[in-house]
Amino acid sequence: MDLIAEGVTGAFQLFISRDPEVLRIALLTLRVSGLATIIGAVIGVPFGTALSLWSYRGRRRIAGLVNTGMGLPPVVAGLWVSIFLWRTGPLGFLRIMYTPTAMVIAQTAIALPIITGFTMAGVGQLDPGIRLQMLSLGASPWQLLYILIREARLSVLASIMAGFGRVVAEVGASMMVGGNLLGQTRVLTTATSMEVSKGNFGFAIALSIILVAITYVINASLTRIQQRS
Amino acid sequence: MRQAIIELEDIKLKRGQRITLDVPDFKVLPGENVAVIGANGAGKSTLLQIIACLLNPGEGKVCVGGRIVGKDINVIEARRRMAMVLQRPYLLDITVFENVAIGLRMRGVPKNEVEARVNETLDLFGIGDLAKRHGRALSGGESQRVSLARAMVLKPELLLLDEPMSSLDVPTRMALLTELGRIIKKTGVTTVFVTHDVTEIPFLADRTVIMEGGKIIADGHVRQVLYKEMRGALSQLAGSANWLLREDGGKQYDNVSVSDSTCRSVESV
Repeated sequence: MDLIAEGVTGAFQLFISRDPEVLRIALLTLRVSGLATIIGAVIGVPFGTALSLWSYRGRRRIAGLVNTGMGLPPVVAGLWVSIFLWRTGPLGFLRIMYTPTAMVIAQTAIALPIITGFTMAGVGQLDPGIRLQMLSLGASPWQLLYILIREARLSVLASIMAGFGRVVAEVGASMMVGGNLLGQTRVLTTATSMEVSKGNFGFAIALSIILVAITYVINASLTRIQQRS
Repeated sequence: MRQAIIELEDIKLKRGQRITLDVPDFKVLPGENVAVIGANGAGKSTLLQIIACLLNPGEGKVCVGGRIVGKDINVIEARRRMAMVLQRPYLLDITVFENVAIGLRMRGVPKNEVEARVNETLDLFGIGDLAKRHGRALSGGESQRVSLARAMVLKPELLLLDEPMSSLDVPTRMALLTELGRIIKKTGVTTVFVTHDVTEIPFLADRTVIMEGGKIIADGHVRQVLYKEMRGALSQLAGSANWLLREDGGKQYDNVSVSDSTCRSVESV
């Protein structure tokens, strides 16, 4: 119990004192996971909508891959991104390994299938008559895509929330491609993991409370938008 | 000769090996109000979807305003010369005003014009007071009026109606049929109206097409076609009834006989 009390108190102290390192870690967490979620949404929402709408050869296989990707372990994503970004890898010339950019790429790989999959399911539940009606009124493919995404906005928002929740909570990929470098690539999850391994449970609890608070604020805002819809 | 708004040539739609629609020639001229009737599975809605360029027939040509769809005119442009009202209204999760405006917005019509045209059309259908209501919070009759307004606001060259009254109760249906008939006459819009209810035809059509098994089996003026069909049906009925009477030896039904005179008496009515 003392440990928990120490952690909670520590979290408040960190908030109040505005520890520059903790603030930097929290902001980097938001920046990396936020950007990965945005990129995942920009690609995943239209892609998921297209997958649920158009029938073409190989559609089932792609949908199956997306569904498999929804359970992609972060370490697997981290490993593959590392292979590509290592100095000797196909994209090694970019020299972005152990940078926040590499972390964004890895987290996007994790968020993308989740956002795509949930969007695909959400749009797929819309009445097919809506699509027929909009086409009959003269909708272009892009207009149709926009209208259907707007119709399925509750599911789409849920997919974005799920994607963000997953990437903000992952450790493996960030650790592998970011390296947990102080002041450069350390995020809340990797810092928490490191503090636990050092035996600083109080500080780890404080970091975890900050992580949960950030996740709560963002998801609560998205839920508010969702409920208003 | 006037240019047909829509023209179908040698249309054959196959599902597997089976031909589900076989229309060698079908035209709709400007100002015509055509009713397409037939039993379930006759191919009425399929015909309408091919006219609306929502379904690729595979074989044959679809011409809109004399231009071949997919060759001289692209599919979206062809669709934008028409508007379609389906059995269910399929209103979007937005206000009535925005629902009615959606087709105009797709066409990039300026904002001021959108507002004026939507308000005018809402008034035409007597639903101006619903403008700010939510599309999903309306009754069946109100929703179908909004759906009709959404199509009519586009001032289409051809209005396609796919059993738009089928989900409504009888009083609402009769009221809306009368009103729609008045609006069609007032605006002079060309229409193709699919129904399986013969009683709806006189409200909205002056030409009737009867479909059976994916083929057009009769096409002409409403009275002419319906009269011919009614006579055929009655003759069939008379034949069946007389066969039944013969099978029974006619003992219990001595005072009942159905013959061609029955048909003639019906004709005189």
